[in-house]
Amino acid sequence: MMTTTTSLKGKAQPMAASGADLHLGNVTKRFADFTAVDDLTLTVPSGTFFALLGPSGCGKTTTLRMIAGLEQPTSGTISIGGQDVTKLASYQRQVNTVFQSYALFPHMSVLDNVAFGLKRKGVKDSVPRAKAALEMVELEHLASRKPVQLSGGQQQRVALARALVNRPAVLLLDEPLGALDMKLRRQMQVELKSIQTEVGLTFIHVTHDQEEAMTMADTVAVMNKGKIEQMGAPRDLYELPKTAFVANFLGKSNLMHGTVTEDLGDAVAVNAAGHRLVMPKDRSVAHSGAAVVGVRPEKMRVLNLPDEYSPSANMLTGTVLDASFTGVSTEYLVEVQGIGTIGTFSQNMGQPPAQRGDTVRMTWEPEFSFGLDGAEEASAGRDAV
Amino acid sequence: MTATGSRPRNKKKPASVHLRSEEELAAERRKRRVGLYLIIPGMAVLALFFAAPVLVLLSMSLYARPPGAEIGEFVPALEFGNYVTVIGAYWDVFLRSFFFALIATVAALLIGYPMAYLVAVRLRGRQLMQGILLVLLIAPFFSSFILRTQAWKQILSDEGPVVTVLRAIAILPADGHLTATAFAVVCGLTYNFLPFMMLPIYANLDRLDTNLLEASGDLYASPLTTFFKVTLPLSMPGVFAGTLLTFIPAAGDYVNAALLGNNRDTAMIGQIIDSRFFKVVDYPGASALSFILMILILALVMIYIKRFGTKELF
Repeated sequence: MMTTTTSLKGKAQPMAASGADLHLGNVTKRFADFTAVDDLTLTVPSGTFFALLGPSGCGKTTTLRMIAGLEQPTSGTISIGGQDVTKLASYQRQVNTVFQSYALFPHMSVLDNVAFGLKRKGVKDSVPRAKAALEMVELEHLASRKPVQLSGGQQQRVALARALVNRPAVLLLDEPLGALDMKLRRQMQVELKSIQTEVGLTFIHVTHDQEEAMTMADTVAVMNKGKIEQMGAPRDLYELPKTAFVANFLGKSNLMHGTVTEDLGDAVAVNAAGHRLVMPKDRSVAHSGAAVVGVRPEKMRVLNLPDEYSPSANMLTGTVLDASFTGVSTEYLVEVQGIGTIGTFSQNMGQPPAQRGDTVRMTWEPEFSFGLDGAEEASAGRDAV
Repeated sequence: MTATGSRPRNKKKPASVHLRSEEELAAERRKRRVGLYLIIPGMAVLALFFAAPVLVLLSMSLYARPPGAEIGEFVPALEFGNYVTVIGAYWDVFLRSFFFALIATVAALLIGYPMAYLVAVRLRGRQLMQGILLVLLIAPFFSSFILRTQAWKQILSDEGPVVTVLRAIAILPADGHLTATAFAVVCGLTYNFLPFMMLPIYANLDRLDTNLLEASGDLYASPLTTFFKVTLPLSMPGVFAGTLLTFIPAAGDYVNAALLGNNRDTAMIGQIIDSRFFKVVDYPGASALSFILMILILALVMIYIKRFGTKELF
């Protein structure tokens, strides 16, 4: 934990290398008549890789900018390591940012860019430390170049080194991989994660790429319309979404509206357009009345009508609208009477894929179902980017 | 406009491996010819309105006055003594001119930079405010240079508001003046050339990426440090162009000195050249002075470019 304190005026003291807890208390940010962040309360424990995930306009970047001190919250408090920094200007905060545009100083060499923060703090061995940071991102051989002479991926790594070298209490990453191509992105994701593990700092990563968030973060907070919809470990969020937005934005989901008709003790049965679907109570928000039953596409098995299936499984029957063979698997869109289109796929185990127009059975074990509030919009977050 | 240093020419391309056909070569030759044709008008204008007058000036500066000639009567000669004479007589005026121009340039920079910064950076995204301010700054220049300088004479006159106030608060003695002083001349120069300072800086700061300012603040630089470490270095090309565009005309200006100065200790070289041409009718002397002024400005600008040239900035 943090032991040093930041002086209120002038330059701050060096922070413990392990980062510090970050706490947002009832933070709201309004721009004119638009509420970008709405009463957000959030604690990020020290040393965590934390991802703020959401579509554009959800308030994630505004949240990040408020932590950095680049925006002032309309109300609420921000504290780092137990110290209230709400009123501090960005240059007084022990926080560094990797900007989406990198924002490298074009008139300075790569080395001068990386040493900039250390020099401002009056660190004596700023140049050797900047060199060490460049070594960490494997760019020491480009130290004397100007930023324009570097590729996008190299610039990204300089931006990362420039922020990391200061050992901030909290490192903020604003869509840092957004400008890179897919292959470089994957590579940088792995690198970022390993650097974070190595230095043990608190990372706050803003992204709209759910795969990126899930690959790297210890904790993911899904944001929508200025609020956190759900927060947790990537696997928990994926396996048990609590809202339709999370179910659709984080991966894909099939959501079916229905009414709870039976109480089975630790499970409930839902009637969805005549289909009896069972889901465990501890995986459902709704235990009575209207409910939405959800299931992830990969949890379903696609069977031909004569195939046997477990009698305890949930089962839907429908007509194949579209089947696309991708090699590893075949992806299906299946029209189910009264429910709509269900997306699913079956792994290629050598079985012949179903054809368009075929009638198929889709089954899944009840423990894979999740239940949402009946008032949820089944399409929420589906097209959000 | 101004000399900001020539860019290095493109090096010749290495001989291409594949042999080009006759048609390709002909097309290339044609392209090159078209390029040459296109610079002809520009060259012609320069030759007619710059090179020719300079040559006339140079030759006239060497004319001699034959014994017993009438006023204004000179004959072609190689009278280098003209240069010795005018330098001997007016070296102090040259010094003063450059000194006044320097002070005016620095003052215009100190006034123009913050104004440019306000409009280009602080008001970024507020186009209405930006437009209004820019028009306000430029509008006075739709009226005559001489009229505006004349107005300054009124403003700084003994009965004017500035002198009254300065006398009242005892900054100026009760019998002190502002008109007919060096101060008035420098004020006039600063005012008249301010837009030439401000506009290039504005054009430069308008392109400044404000993300860089945020990044600087994020990296522990106070707003003042950010200005000196990021904003100012990045705007140096604008400052460079602005100072040249201010200094060069200010050094040769005579209107401000004539209207706002006196006849004793505020004369600028432009004024001397003016009076030698039109009052004393000493064409060779006036030409020699003009030529010296041109060479000196050129030399100063060359030194300035060598010393502070911003080509290497990026």
